[in-house]
Amino acid sequence: MLHMELVINGESQQVPEGTTAAALLARLGLENARLAMEVNQEIVPRSQFENCTFAPGDRIEIVRAIGGGGTNP
Amino acid sequence: MSSVMKSASPLTADPLMIDGVEYQSRLLVGTGKYKDMEETRLAIEASGAEIITVAIRRTNIGQNADEPNLLEVLPPDRYTYLPNTAGCYSAEDAVRTCRLARELLDGHNLVKLEVLGDEKTLFPDIIQTLEAAETLIAEDFRIMVYTNDDPIIAKRFEDMGCVAVMPLAAPIGSGLGIRNPGNIRTIVENAKVPILVDAGVGCASDSAIAMELGCDGVLMNTAIAGAENPVLMASAMKKAIEAGRESFLAGRIPRKRFASASSPVDGLFF
Repeated sequence: MLHMELVINGESQQVPEGTTAAALLARLGLENARLAMEVNQEIVPRSQFENCTFAPGDRIEIVRAIGGGGTNP
Repeated sequence: MSSVMKSASPLTADPLMIDGVEYQSRLLVGTGKYKDMEETRLAIEASGAEIITVAIRRTNIGQNADEPNLLEVLPPDRYTYLPNTAGCYSAEDAVRTCRLARELLDGHNLVKLEVLGDEKTLFPDIIQTLEAAETLIAEDFRIMVYTNDDPIIAKRFEDMGCVAVMPLAAPIGSGLGIRNPGNIRTIVENAKVPILVDAGVGCASDSAIAMELGCDGVLMNTAIAGAENPVLMASAMKKAIEAGRESFLAGRIPRKRFASASSPVDGLFF
């Protein structure tokens, strides 16, 4: 299977070509987590996770809500 | 707020209105800096807060996801989540953070906007904050904006369409209290949207002073989370804000230079 490199939360990872957003989250053990995703600074709506695929070098951010107030650097 | 009525009714009839929604508590709290999730939960319960700020951060990849989740400990159906852009130093980063937060929270569009100037002061970068506010308002976000204690800028944020303006009392986490009461008072008098002091209070009396100046509420995190006993401080803050609000509504006596006897002079027998 051909692989490609993605940058996920700042770290390079090899994933199979054609990986969907949903498959990526499953691979990372995050399939049930409450989170949001952006690819190259564009939001991927949760409803699109099954359809969204990536291109080599895509920069993916996966975020969650954590405790925070005024500023937690 | 200039439209506040001097009313004899108790606080239950005096809700805080933000963007058309009523809240009974005028204390808004952050959820950071606590020892653990249990302390967070207990302190926030003791505070009586209904609106809680959260930060948006990267998910840990490859680490065990069994750690307690904030959304489970403080369920979003019980609290109004206020995602904040803490840690953003540019309009672009703040806008991205708000978009991610809205997606994360199923379209919830009330956010706390803060864009910081530098790490030493954590003072807001007003130019960047204005730029971010303009973009976010155009995208239908409802913005509670962190700003400095400048009445001109506070009015500008209101005129742009921010749903609440939140001047600092003092630098974030400093615990210095209300550094510029005159300006806070002026901001309150000028405003038609809620004015909340955000950042800088250190103890309960600081919160009471903010409320006595006519502020509609106070947002804090470090003053509670950093106290030796955060749960007790949360309770103290709750009471101080209620007391300060009642004191404001009750209308204080004027300050006078000389004494004024409390007992009648008539009927003295000596």
